[in-house]
Amino acid sequence: MNMTHFQLHDFVGGIHPPENKKQSTQNPIKFAGIPEKLVLPITQHIGAQSICSVNLGDTVLKGQLIAQAQGFVSANLHAPTSGTISAIEDRTLAHPSGMSGLCIEITTDGQDQWIEHQGISNYLEQPKSELVACIQASGITGLGGAGFPTHVKTSADPDKIDTLIINAAECEPYITADDMLMQERAEEVVQGIEILQHILNADTVLIGIEDNKPNAIAALNHALKVSRDDTHNIHAIEIPTKYPSGGEKQLIQILTGKEVPVGGIPADVGIVCQNVGTAHAIYNAIAKGEPLISRITTVTGNACAQPQNFEVLIGTPVEHLLNISNSDLEKTTRLVMGGPMMGFTVEQIATPIIKASNCIIAATNEELPDPAMEQACIRCGMCTQACPAQLLPQQLYWFAKSSNLEQAEQHNIADCIECGACSFVCPSNIPLVQYYRHSKGEIKQANADKIKSDRAKERFETRVARQEREQAEKEAKRKARSEAAAKKQAEKKAAEAAGTAPSKAAPTEPAVDLEALQKKLAATKTAIEKAKEKLAAAEAQGSDKVELFKGALEKAQGKMKDIAKTIAQAKKAEKAAASNSDKGDPNSPERLKNKLELAQARLETAQKRLEDAKAENSDKLDAFQTALEKQTERVLEAQTAFDKAASTDTSTTSTNPSADLEALEKKVLGSQTRVDKAQERLNMAKEQGLDTADALELGLNKQKQKLSDAKQALNDAKEVSTK
Amino acid sequence: MTELLIAISALVVLSLIFGAILGFASIRFKVEGNPVVDQLDALLPQTQCGQCSYPGCRPYAQAIAEGGESINKCPPGGEGTIAAIADLLGVEPEPLDAEHGAEKESAMVAVIREDECIGCTKCIQACPVDAILGAAKQMHTVIESECTGCDLCLDPCPVDCIDMLPIDGGLGAWHWDKPQDLIATDNQGQLVANDSQSSKEGQAA
Repeated sequence: MNMTHFQLHDFVGGIHPPENKKQSTQNPIKFAGIPEKLVLPITQHIGAQSICSVNLGDTVLKGQLIAQAQGFVSANLHAPTSGTISAIEDRTLAHPSGMSGLCIEITTDGQDQWIEHQGISNYLEQPKSELVACIQASGITGLGGAGFPTHVKTSADPDKIDTLIINAAECEPYITADDMLMQERAEEVVQGIEILQHILNADTVLIGIEDNKPNAIAALNHALKVSRDDTHNIHAIEIPTKYPSGGEKQLIQILTGKEVPVGGIPADVGIVCQNVGTAHAIYNAIAKGEPLISRITTVTGNACAQPQNFEVLIGTPVEHLLNISNSDLEKTTRLVMGGPMMGFTVEQIATPIIKASNCIIAATNEELPDPAMEQACIRCGMCTQACPAQLLPQQLYWFAKSSNLEQAEQHNIADCIECGACSFVCPSNIPLVQYYRHSKGEIKQANADKIKSDRAKERFETRVARQEREQAEKEAKRKARSEAAAKKQAEKKAAEAAGTAPSKAAPTEPAVDLEALQKKLAATKTAIEKAKEKLAAAEAQGSDKVELFKGALEKAQGKMKDIAKTIAQAKKAEKAAASNSDKGDPNSPERLKNKLELAQARLETAQKRLEDAKAENSDKLDAFQTALEKQTERVLEAQTAFDKAASTDTSTTSTNPSADLEALEKKVLGSQTRVDKAQERLNMAKEQGLDTADALELGLNKQKQKLSDAKQALNDAKEVSTK
Repeated sequence: MTELLIAISALVVLSLIFGAILGFASIRFKVEGNPVVDQLDALLPQTQCGQCSYPGCRPYAQAIAEGGESINKCPPGGEGTIAAIADLLGVEPEPLDAEHGAEKESAMVAVIREDECIGCTKCIQACPVDAILGAAKQMHTVIESECTGCDLCLDPCPVDCIDMLPIDGGLGAWHWDKPQDLIATDNQGQLVANDSQSSKEGQAA
């Protein structure tokens, strides 16, 4: 297909900065060599942090995995050459912040010994998922500058992708890494593109190259037309040189006329965009089985004596590249990683080359002078004309400057690609892009804060709700408890009232009365005594008040007698009440037992008395004898009554024989242990020849008797329960 | 006379109709609560720290909306929050009331020195967002991602084993600084002075 047939589109805006590409294209790509030490930041991509998978002192081979990807949007990292892990620590990162991050340092051994690796011989016969897995395992990230993990892009749904765009525009000044790669390794690049086309099942592949790279275009066309038949649908498209035609969205617009929607990705319009260097890395991974361990980096700038492209091992310090390109560090006033438009200043020459580092510019002061002092915006509108994203840079500048994030967002600051075209054209030297970058960061921060504060609010509200619920529960429990207590109190009162009603008098009342009466009695007694004393004194003195005192004394004595009488009555009433309440349940076994015990005690006293009488030979002997007989009779009576009650009691409880059995079994076991213990003690006593042996033997026999009784009872109970 | 009656009756009928519509709308579209309180609450940082002397962000929002409380009592929100509230209420922003504390440079997070923790649970009870984990006689720890840095756990700690540390977000939280707010015309005099100085140096050399 002739490319003149191809309809090109244009994007709004753009600039034409001095190209400065000639310097570094004079010499072929040279291998930068193996530096003494490589420093590899474990995270060199956009996405989740990788995790170091080697230990300090480990020996690693070239191509060995040293940091493992975490999650899908993440990338593996491999050892670029063989050597020893000499440090795993924080080092300065290749990042505009100049911050430190975890890096793995490899002290190289110079052997450059490969780990066992093998490519996929016929990738067309392999399932596509296997090829994507191979790309993923090889740790390939976008080599154009952003460093997005490539396997994520190649995992796009092939049904939705019709066009694969290979970004070979390389629009930034100074950088020639892709140009030289295409010139020298066009065949490998095209093979990589074919693999990508196969994986994505893309109908058309468009390679966008700016027309300032005629050699690269020729080399690609040679690879596409001379070495291949016409069955492929891969076209190298020459596009006009204009910065930033290499921007993903801009290149898509130039080649297809389609615009990627706001906040969307190229896949939304059926396109996947890959860098040409990435295609080469994919070729290395699939065809040779080599992970991404090196890249082409341009080393250029006026301070650089031999500007050239190098094949650089990832992790090579910038210092090493400056040395091999004979750069004059004295003359270097600014060291830029990336291009002059979008790159960042590197403060330390020990900073390592990472997967995304496409260019190092050792610039002199004349070449890249310090930015001139910012002047007031004159609202000339040149930035608006230059903006390739069709934004309003001037408005955004005001919003960014006044931290009006809301307005900045409404003016689509998120769509700014930070190409720097506006800053480039600004006659007032306003660092516009830095304002936008700052605002974007602020917006990101504000959004993160918002999420956090919403979460905090939710947690706070949940906590308050929980506390209220707990309080309510507590309150309810307390209420329930107090209600229960009140109910109990009421029940108790009711029961008391019911219980005392038949005895016709509250039992507490007479007791109180009794106490009061007794106190009264004591008081009257002392009063009488005092009166007696007074009377005696009066009599002794021969006073005429004797008669009076006598009368008072008599009165007091009468009062005392009355009180004594009432006390006796109260006592009687109390007794009657007590006996009344006893009558409530005369046949309960407890009561009967009490009766029995009482009778037995009486019997004993009667026997004692009889014995005493016998000893004294008293004439009351006969009377005692009859009393004893009577008592024995009563005891017997009580005994029979108790036994009867007990038997009825057990018969009622025997409805639950298993429980009984259990209790009996326990009893048997208890006796058994007691018997054992007694036996032991007896043995010990016998051994030691103690005189307590006899007593212990007696005790043992008793215990044995109890045990056999218990066993008997158990057997009986068992029989009953089996019946 | 009839014209007058017609006019009056027409007005009466109209007023009845519109009155009915308004009455219906006031019931059907009744706004629950004060919407300004919600808007204010959304602007506050939700640290629930109580530095404003109200028990949480919402009570403060309520006090501003209904009690006419001044808007400069939120140190965690700082000038940004004051400006946002002033914008919402259409009042002049005031400088932060120093009585309630100063705005912190960076976000803070509470960290328990775990070997010193005695497991008293006092900080757990104090935390307004349940960001402290632990049990009686067990070591406690702060869930850093949930901590709002409100300081409320510091005072109850009987052994002072809680530190407030600035959050180090690392590379993920980094973003570009704002360019210096100076423009060339702002310090013209200084520039001239520098130039003359350097030219003098040049002469000396």
